[in-house]
Order: sequence, then structure tokens, then C-alpha cells
Amino acid sequence: MTATIEIQGLRVDRGGTTVLHDLTLGIGGGVVTGLLGPSGSGKSTLIRAIVGVQIVAAGDVRVLGLPAGASALRSRVGYVTQSPSVYGDLSVRENLTYFARVLGAPPAAVDTVIERVGLADMATHLVGRLSGGQKARVSLATALLNDPEVLVLDEPTVGLDPVLRRDLWDFFHELADGGTTLLVSSHVMDEAARCDRLLLLREGAILADLPPDELLRRTGAADLDAAFLRLVEAGAVR
Amino acid sequence: MSFSRTAATAARVLSQLRRDPRTLALLLVVPCVLMILVDQLFAGREAVFQSVGVPMLGLFPLISMFLVTSITMLRERTTGTLERLLTTPLTKLELLLGYGIAFAAVAIVQAVVVSLVGFGLLGLEATHSELLIMLLAVANAILGMSFGLFVSAFAQTEFQAVQFMPAFVLPQILLCGLFVAQDQMADWLQAVSSVLPLTYAFDALDRAAHDPSLGPRFWVDVAVIVGTTLLALVLGAATLRRRTA
Repeated sequence: MTATIEIQGLRVDRGGTTVLHDLTLGIGGGVVTGLLGPSGSGKSTLIRAIVGVQIVAAGDVRVLGLPAGASALRSRVGYVTQSPSVYGDLSVRENLTYFARVLGAPPAAVDTVIERVGLADMATHLVGRLSGGQKARVSLATALLNDPEVLVLDEPTVGLDPVLRRDLWDFFHELADGGTTLLVSSHVMDEAARCDRLLLLREGAILADLPPDELLRRTGAADLDAAFLRLVEAGAVR
Repeated sequence: MSFSRTAATAARVLSQLRRDPRTLALLLVVPCVLMILVDQLFAGREAVFQSVGVPMLGLFPLISMFLVTSITMLRERTTGTLERLLTTPLTKLELLLGYGIAFAAVAIVQAVVVSLVGFGLLGLEATHSELLIMLLAVANAILGMSFGLFVSAFAQTEFQAVQFMPAFVLPQILLCGLFVAQDQMADWLQAVSSVLPLTYAFDALDRAAHDPSLGPRFWVDVAVIVGTTLLALVLGAATLRRRTA
């Protein structure tokens, strides 16, 4: 597995405290990598560093061999922010049409992604009037428009019903099977089971980096929640 | 620099405005009502209305666009759409130009409507063509837009953004020469007045309305309006940071 995202000695400071401590890791294509950890553990900060919008204190982040945030990467890396970043005063289709033009995606992609996130019957609705989960899906759809090689999703399934969540995770695996690099953050441990590889983040450091079944085996815990607790108590496992 | 991304941004901003008919109505109706109000206020003193009417007409778009831009840009910052856009191929220049084109279109409509009321209904007269006045009004609108863009970086909430109007624009309106001619102000006020961009915007409108020769000062005024717009846009663009803490 060759790493499409390479992180070397990444440190991020915010307001005098260190949010990420000297992180070094590689993330490869063809699998879904889950970034798990409690809220405040630094997941969003790490994701923002990978898409190149985070001021970093030290270290090097490279995506597809280029420095994170490089202009050549901007049409090759898809990013979904934690809170939906779409226009509330535009309809679902208007939002996606705009992002399609900005990303240089074909106009036909708009309806494909609307279908994909299950909003076909909402296409003409104003985003501002949608529920939180529906807004999150519009935001997710914007990142799928141009089939990016690297897809970085910050808690994309928060507030979604279980059926839709399962469908989206199946879709993430479909994308990974096609060679896309997926990094998906979540703070819900039951989603961890759906990842091929887990990065457990706590207080800005990687606590564990392994597949979910391996995590269960090594900790001897019954479920991933318990496994995470045992790790916290025992210290890091690699 | 992509024409398609710029045009898409302009179209998106216009769609957003179209979805807000109340704001559009306020943008078009309020200046007209205020013009009628001023006309009535100076009823019987036609000369006063003639001297302040045209500059007022040309300064309204500046105030409107200042407010509209500072709020919309603040929304882009606080809702995360700005951060999202800056991770796409859209460049800052394309984003700003998109906004500029959309708001200039609105400013043209506003200038035409207010001119129709001012020149048509209220009998305002200008030495130079109405078209020149309208062009100045649009230039002022774009100046207001670039101010709004710049100050939006210093506001964390919409309340603060709105308060920048009395803090940033109102003093310039008081000192621009509309209320008291610049040469009749106290020395220190004259000095302050002569470094404020609105003084030049006012002077240009005043000359277009009343000075048959226009004079070289008119072109100085135009240069100051254009130069300040570019400066505020560059400073504003510098506040659109791709990387934040």
C-alpha cells in the first residue's frame, strides 16, 4: 500500500496549547480509514491540515506527493466540513450546480450526486429549510461531484438515520474499491466497525492504528467502545 | 483565472439575492423614498435640493453595497462556505470578481431607478449627462463593496458588521462636503476630510452636476475612487486567508 497522504512530524498549536503532537502517519488508497476519537481530540484539526486550511506549527503534510493545499490538489481532493458548508438561501440543486461549476465537474454530475445522497425528491427545496441530516447530505454531495482521488470527510454521517448511514458506508467502500483514498472521521464507535483501518486519536496523539478486529483481539474487549476505554487505560498500542 | 468560475460565482450571488426579495425591494425603494423626503424637506428652497440631490443620488449605492457586502462576506466566513470554497479551484480573485460583477449589476439597477425618480419625477438637473452621474454611482457602489469586503474581516457577528456603517461610512458622509462645504470647515476637519475617499466621490458628483468644465480635479477624484477601490480590494483579498488557526 503506497500512502497517498503522508504526514511527518505534524504539530498544530492553537491558543497556546498544542492540539496535535508530532504526528507521523501515512494513509493509503483502496481502503476506508476511520479517524476515531472523542470530540476535542484533534480530528477536525488533522483533517483541516490534510486539506491545507490549518496553520501548522511544524511538520510536513503531503497529499498525492504535493504539499497539502497546493493549487494542483484542489480539484483532486474532496473535503466535507464538520458543519454543513452550503448556502441556506439556495436550493439543493442550485448549491450543487454552483459547486459543480467551481470544481469543473460535468453538469450531469449534479443529479447523480443528489440521487446518491438520497435527496432526489428534495432537489428544489431551499437548503435552509432542510433538517440537519439533510443539510449534511447536501454538503457531502458537493464533495462527490468531481470524483476526487482523495476524499476527506469530517463526521459526514452525524444525525443520519441508520439505513442511510449504512448506504453511505457501503458507498464509501465502493469508492475505496475503485482506488479512492477515504479518510472519514467519527466520534461514534459503532462506525469504527465499518472501517478497514482505524486511527484512534486522543488528546492530539495517535493511540492506536490498526484494523477494528485486530483492536478487539488485542484488547480482548467485547465491543469497540470497551476496547477504546481499555486502550486509554493501558496506553498506546500500535 | 477562469471566466466560468467567476460567472458561476456572480450567478450564485445573484440567485441568493433573488431569493431575498425583501432586501432587493429595500435596496430599490428606500433610496427613492429618501430622495422624495429630501425634496419635500427643501420644498420652496429648490436651489438647496438641486445642490444636494445629485450627490445624494450617487452616494446611496455606496451605503447599500457596503452593508450588503459586509454581511454576505461575513456569512461566507462564519458558515464555513469560504473555507470550503478556498479548498476548491476557485481563486480569491475569481471569488471577489464574482461578487463585484453581481453587486455592480444590482448597483446599476439601483442607480437607474433612483435616477428615474431624481431626474424624472423630482426634476433634478445636472450640467453633465445623467449617464455620467449613473457611472459615478456605480463606481461608488463598487467602492462601497470593497469597503464592505474589507471591514467584514474585522466583524465576528452581523451586529458588529452593521455597526461598521455608522463607524466607518457615516463620518465620511458628514465630512465629505455634502452638509458643509469643505473650505468652510475648521482647519483640522479639512485635513481629515481631504484624506477620506468619500470626499472625492462627493466632489466628482458635485462637479458632474454643477461644474460645466469638470476641471482636472474631476479626474483626480476619479483616480482616487478607482485607487481606493483597488486598495480596499487588495486589502480585503489579503483577509481571505486560506489557512486559519
